[in-house]
Amino acid sequence: MSVTERLVLAVEKPLKEAIWGCRMCGQCILHSTGLSCPMRCPKNLRNGPCGGVRANGNCEVYADQPCVWVEAWEGSRRLPLFKDHIEHLQKPMDWQLQGTSSWINLLRGRDRTAPKGWVAHDHS
Amino acid sequence: MTTPSRLAGLLGEGRFVVTAELSSSNSADPEATWRRAEVLRGSVDAINCTDNTGAHVHMSSLAAAHLLVEKGLEPIMQLTVRDRNRLALQADLLGAAALGVRNLVLMSGDDVTAGDHPEARRIYDIDSMQLLEVASAMRDRGTYLSGRKLEQAPSFFIGAVENPFAPPLDFRPLRLQKKVRAGAEFIQTQLVFDVPIFKRFMDMVGELDLQRKVFIIPSIGIPRSARGARFMQQKVPGLHVPESLVSRLERTAPARQAEEGIQIAVELVRAVREIPGIAGVHLIGIKWEEGVVQVAERAGLLPRPTLSPLASVGGRG
Repeated sequence: MSVTERLVLAVEKPLKEAIWGCRMCGQCILHSTGLSCPMRCPKNLRNGPCGGVRANGNCEVYADQPCVWVEAWEGSRRLPLFKDHIEHLQKPMDWQLQGTSSWINLLRGRDRTAPKGWVAHDHS
Repeated sequence: MTTPSRLAGLLGEGRFVVTAELSSSNSADPEATWRRAEVLRGSVDAINCTDNTGAHVHMSSLAAAHLLVEKGLEPIMQLTVRDRNRLALQADLLGAAALGVRNLVLMSGDDVTAGDHPEARRIYDIDSMQLLEVASAMRDRGTYLSGRKLEQAPSFFIGAVENPFAPPLDFRPLRLQKKVRAGAEFIQTQLVFDVPIFKRFMDMVGELDLQRKVFIIPSIGIPRSARGARFMQQKVPGLHVPESLVSRLERTAPARQAEEGIQIAVELVRAVREIPGIAGVHLIGIKWEEGVVQVAERAGLLPRPTLSPLASVGGRG
């Protein structure tokens, strides 16, 4: 890891962990998830909630915590710009990016690379 | 015109379909699976084989589905992203196709903490939405997710699930729309015990015009006892069982509760059938295939139709 990467991480990691409970997936989609980090979901779901959400809006796994995606939905309604991005189909995770800086990956376009066979288009 | 499966053919012809869930097997003897499946023959159009349902280990859905194919029964193979990474999922999809499995239902799956191995590592390498896209790509473009070519693309009828009763309720129809865009051709819902909430969900589905793009099949549970209904209400993740239904069973004498459960399921089938945009029902009697047959009979769903000779079912591949 280069010095630049270390420096950026030294700022990005504590900042995003403190504000969003960031898990450093290295491919941030917070603006598409109402500023609720989907990697906090125990199932790491990046395309919406599972079917196990409790009637009170809490997580199937952690009964005393709100579902990340209930917060994402409510958060997305308040976003002025990216409101509808919650409807976008998110590509599979690149687990090689875990722990790297999503800011650098964004600048380099590294977080936009998808598997070659991933051509998300509307099948409906 | 060929359709990938009999189920796809019937839905395409606008028939009201009946599917049912097969109790999962804990036996190395295939007879155990066949015995339960035979009860359903003639009463349903296709049979779901669950994938470690409730996060409890059972015989794999792939093996169970193949056992049904061997007996000329049509399986719907459920596959969760909980227990397999993207390599294993694609390997099983291709294997299923080669073994004659055509109908899929792809889902996230109950969390491991709901099951008998709560200490297990959960996988969730890709999510259910992405798996729909992966299965569509294998079928439509003949490629793996890596982009590598398949020698022969599989023929699949691709299904997914949706829970109209779990928050955030207003997002559920949009999530369904997302699944349709990712490749879902039919949907089996979470168990419907609360018809008004389900109606509201279907209204929103109608506003998005989704019922014209995807076949929606609500699940109807057949409670066998008041205790079972109370257990579902309190312990099963994502299930919404109204108090009025549980107390109706509790007011019934224990010896008559199974009969009352069938009556409840028949009433639910009739109620959801009235809702516009419903393509069939999925009947779930937990370890109770005989209950499924009784509900199908008393709800007027028998005999099951045969596929018109014009719609031939696709062959191997």
